Amino acid sequence: MTPIASGLEDAPPPAAPFPKRHFLSIGDLDPVSVSDLLDLANAFVRANRQVNKKVDRLKGRTLVNLFFEASTRTQSSFELAGKRLGADVVNMSPRTSSISKGETLIDTAVTLNAMQPDILVVRHASSGAASLLSQKVDCSVVNAGDGQHEHPSQALLDALSMRRAFGRVGGLTVAICGDVAHSRVARSNVALLTMLGAHVRLVGPPTLIPADAARWGVEVVHDLKRGIAGADVVMMLRLQFERMQGSLVPSMREYFRLWGLDREKLALASPNVKVMHPGPMNRGVEIDSDVADDLAVSLIQDQVEMGVAVRMAILASIAARLDNR
Amino acid sequence: MSAAPPPASLIAIVNARMVDPASGHDGPGALLIAEGLIARVAHAPGLDNLPADARVIDAGGALLAPGLIDLRVKTGEPGSEPKETLKSAARAAAAGGVTSIVVQPDTDPVIDDPAVVDFILRRARDIELVHVYPAGAATKGCLGKAMAEIGLMNEAGCVYVTDADRPIVDSRVMRRLLAYAGGLGVLVAHRPVDPWLAAGAVATESEFSGRMGLAAEPVAAETIMLERDIALVGLTGARLLVDQISAAGPLESLARAKARGLPIIAAASINHLTFNELDIGDYRTFWKLTPPLRGEDDRQALIEAVASGLVDIVVSAHCPAPPEDKRLPFDEAAPGAVGLQTLLPALLTLYHEGRIPLLRLIETVTLAPARAIGLAAGRLAVGAPADLILCDLDAPLVIDAARLISKSRNSAFDGRRLQGRVLMTLVDGRVVFGGD
Repeated sequence: MTPIASGLEDAPPPAAPFPKRHFLSIGDLDPVSVSDLLDLANAFVRANRQVNKKVDRLKGRTLVNLFFEASTRTQSSFELAGKRLGADVVNMSPRTSSISKGETLIDTAVTLNAMQPDILVVRHASSGAASLLSQKVDCSVVNAGDGQHEHPSQALLDALSMRRAFGRVGGLTVAICGDVAHSRVARSNVALLTMLGAHVRLVGPPTLIPADAARWGVEVVHDLKRGIAGADVVMMLRLQFERMQGSLVPSMREYFRLWGLDREKLALASPNVKVMHPGPMNRGVEIDSDVADDLAVSLIQDQVEMGVAVRMAILASIAARLDNR
Repeated sequence: MSAAPPPASLIAIVNARMVDPASGHDGPGALLIAEGLIARVAHAPGLDNLPADARVIDAGGALLAPGLIDLRVKTGEPGSEPKETLKSAARAAAAGGVTSIVVQPDTDPVIDDPAVVDFILRRARDIELVHVYPAGAATKGCLGKAMAEIGLMNEAGCVYVTDADRPIVDSRVMRRLLAYAGGLGVLVAHRPVDPWLAAGAVATESEFSGRMGLAAEPVAAETIMLERDIALVGLTGARLLVDQISAAGPLESLARAKARGLPIIAAASINHLTFNELDIGDYRTFWKLTPPLRGEDDRQALIEAVASGLVDIVVSAHCPAPPEDKRLPFDEAAPGAVGLQTLLPALLTLYHEGRIPLLRLIETVTLAPARAIGLAAGRLAVGAPADLILCDLDAPLVIDAARLISKSRNSAFDGRRLQGRVLMTLVDGRVVFGGD
């Protein structure tokens, strides 16, 4: 075991080794590994608030951020996580590489793989892209969002935010609202929150809820007021115009009126309700700034902070597995 | 194999299990081939007064059936020869017991001109393996706008017209096409799909595709277009081949149309009879097909429909795609799977599982397609071409995609255990596969 820098002394040892070489999907995890990850992430939250944020769990290792889709917070979050753990971090994006010259996803990955990175963090617009890559490379692959499939690190950081706010995740009523159909965040959250025993509602117009979502072990509600009634957590999703084919909602103003979160609607939720959003927000479309910026109810800033810690926990857990190999 | 020996003037096949849908015979059989045609047929293990100079093949109880006729085959010729040539497809067909293939018109150039029909037929003659028939484009460029030269292509030798994977969206074009082709006695094939409901789709709409985050089309996309086509057949009285019906909902529409006596026949692909949407698993692109693989209930309904005769024909939907088109994220990968070599053993699974009688199964790939396009083949009758197969029904085989003959090895059956090995394939009395 590598020595731990200050701030991590209180991190409990993991109950079990990280289950997989890759981190592709919430389905790769079990409740024990989730608990380990969240405990470790919690310790990193404290470490990240120190002046010296560096720990050396990834010392000597190389982390490649391969982002085929533009991203600010996830990419910088993984970059910071890697650097704080002592890894060498390389960022690659389509605009600055030969991906725009017609090289395929797999060719790019195989090329990068030959440079012996230890961890490849991938974001791609196609569902299943991270899984495909993981079959073609030797290094560990971390899914930073694949199409409309999964964004598992986001679900973990959401769970950590909830756990810190409420002391638990199990038993909470979580309303995931808005554009569920195009949301990988929603899919990962449904998988993780139901695993942890939360009660999940998917709330949105039928055009934005996937077919047969009621069979995911969640409650589907096509009315925002009923959907957030009594909810402990209201998670608003970004309306993903860029993924939409054709018109799914009539107008932004109708959407905000019916599906946007404002003070009046929020009053229907639990008195201790917390509001979350994976970002970036469309203010005045799915969420009113008044709600988003109210630190008494909004966990949105916490989510960003938790993001770095959770990603450090993911990377450190995978690295520990690599050490043991 | 390609340099075929001159046909022995007389070949006798004896001691076979003869399955001939035309006569309804499934039992002991023997036959005599003379000058490429079936000269005598006996529903008995042997032939009386066998000519002394006949080459005698003892089938040893193996299945003797008409060679398969596959109405839906894509190659890459002309235009995409690295995927598959007519020759490589013909070799795969011969190895799979398929003695006639109908190639789709969506090549480069499109088969929408009698000269291209002629080109295909000439190439097929040069290859001299199995019969290759072109399907002509229904509309110029397969663009769904203006009718192609159906009459001239028919004279040149095309066996039906279709726009392959592209639906003919404009109902007026479809109406005129049916009326005009019907007047010439030319069969129109159409794959029913509503292009708007199916826009961008790579899977069938379901709980599974929703969780996987795959853009999906509802089965209604197929039902809606099929209902339109049925209405237009009612209007024109023309014959229509429903190209790859795939789900329970459209089967109900088909049953109603057939009950009304409309001249509609339907084909299903072996893939949709074998796999369901869950075979996609972890985004495996070899199972990305058009129409997309449906739910298990749909697959079961399709099997019932083939058994009952509601679905007339089974096709391989052979669609070669090289690795560079398949080793991609699921939504970027090319759809389709090769199937010429696996059609027969895959079909026989339904026999071994006790789902469909052998006679009916063989009919779906021999007599039924022969009748659809007016071929004399597909039956074991005196005077019919000696397009035949011998097959060990019970021989186990494990499909190894890497060893398939097709230039592209995108087989959905890779690694699958099947039963039924083709021992010999004859085309016009010539042995084109096996028999050594």
